[in-house]
Amino acid sequence: MPGSSRRAAIVGVANTAQARRLEGATSRGLAVGAALAALDDAGLTLDDVDGISGDATAAALLYDLRLGPAWLGRQFGIQAVTEAVHAVEAGEADVVLVVAAEAGAYTDRSATAPWTRPENEFVVPFGLFTAAEFALVARRHMITYGTTPEQLARVAATIRTNGSTTPGAVYAGRGPVTVEDVLASRMVADPFHLLDCSMTSEGGCALVIAATDRAADTASTPVHVLGSGSDHAGPAYRHPPAWDLAGRRGGPVLGRIGERAVGRAFAQAGLDRADVDVLELYDPFSFEVIRQLEAFGFCGPGEGGPYVDDGHIGLTGRTPVTTDGGTMAFSHAGAAPQMFQRVVRGVQQLRGDAGPNQVPDARVALCSGGGAGALFTTVVLLGTEVP
Amino acid sequence: MTRLQPQSGPLPHAEPTGASAPFWAGCASGELRYQRCRACAAVTSPPVETCRECLSADLAWEVSAGTGTVYSWTVVHRPATAAFAAVPYAPAIVDVAEGFQLLTNLVDVAPEDITAGMPVAVRFVATADGPTLPYFAPAPASPEETLP
Ligand SMILES: [Zn+2]
Repeated sequence: MPGSSRRAAIVGVANTAQARRLEGATSRGLAVGAALAALDDAGLTLDDVDGISGDATAAALLYDLRLGPAWLGRQFGIQAVTEAVHAVEAGEADVVLVVAAEAGAYTDRSATAPWTRPENEFVVPFGLFTAAEFALVARRHMITYGTTPEQLARVAATIRTNGSTTPGAVYAGRGPVTVEDVLASRMVADPFHLLDCSMTSEGGCALVIAATDRAADTASTPVHVLGSGSDHAGPAYRHPPAWDLAGRRGGPVLGRIGERAVGRAFAQAGLDRADVDVLELYDPFSFEVIRQLEAFGFCGPGEGGPYVDDGHIGLTGRTPVTTDGGTMAFSHAGAAPQMFQRVVRGVQQLRGDAGPNQVPDARVALCSGGGAGALFTTVVLLGTEVP
Repeated sequence: MTRLQPQSGPLPHAEPTGASAPFWAGCASGELRYQRCRACAAVTSPPVETCRECLSADLAWEVSAGTGTVYSWTVVHRPATAAFAAVPYAPAIVDVAEGFQLLTNLVDVAPEDITAGMPVAVRFVATADGPTLPYFAPAPASPEETLP
């Protein structure tokens, strides 16, 4: 805004219980629980909240919690977080709850997430679903650069092992997962084995975003949003996810979607890749992490597989990735919560609250959502201080 | 492994839109149709109402020779819904010779024999109570290649 120097920060975060099934839980009940827990983390109450966002149920939650009149966000995933930040910085609200939860979505016992099943006439009769969509992207990378199933499995093994040591993860305590374990799991959509894929689960999470003048009074250490960006190439699951899909301005093709977004985020932050301590990358499928490492500039085009082979994404590597197990081992609880959970985890890392998988002295985190198979990638850069 | 087969039961499908009805009518009559812009000659598929290049609404339907090459593929062993009973099946993106890409399934080929750039040709398969689908199968060898 003209003359506005108001800044917003993330002052509270919370995850509810996460599980394959949370018996008796409802999406609304989980959302309320997540909201109250995040406010408690922030040292705030519902009386302080004058804005809400998260998913399509946010307006109903606004009513149920008697938050009105209040600002209402309409964006999805990472963009809901940045939209809330922008609203606070523009002066439209002071304290915004970003909350989402999912329970009961898998009542038909399907193995895939219901919101990802395509209905388009050129897609649905050919049996497409997320694993197949993302596999078409991964295969093209393997054709072009020689990326191997072992390199994909290394990503899955690394992230799943992170989940095994994360308290509260759906697969906590399951022990380390090896490359051999991933390759031995049954094939879902070649090149993706079962353990290359995210799970289905239930749970909720919330974040509290407040103006920094309010943040001075909050209980937790504020985490600052240093930059953000969004790249979209069209509606998800309606067009062939071709690596080379291009727009009229030129620029990155679909296979490198997120490159423009992350460039914008770094430019806003005045930072570069070397400044990032931890990568909370969205991990719907193992290959998507390799793709993001390249698109985000942590390695060159085609170098994602060798980068992973060299151990750079492990907890002690150059760029630790998805340190709570992500959608593979922490939780994959609905369309919106899973995206917010990367930001929640980034906040935990920067506050030193990441438990056994804490990255020492983490000061800058890059969090992402989306994926080339879904034709979008969104990012947010978090920091312990404003540069 | 045995060769991939077309699905034989009823499949989920969506009703054609105004722009796409000629495409599906073409499949039913054994023609792989695509749009070419009369203003700028750009080729597009799936169908659109206005050219994605120059925005002209003057689009002509043309008939593809039905040949192309495999751009990318996957072999699905665990389908999203039980409707896809012929397992495994192979969703693929095919580079069609006239200059557009089509999402399809590969049939009449063993999964381990699918390769990038493999020549393929369209094969229309009528589905139960649904549209005729443009599947692709390995292209017959060209006449020169079959000479002794
Ligand atoms: Zn045109």
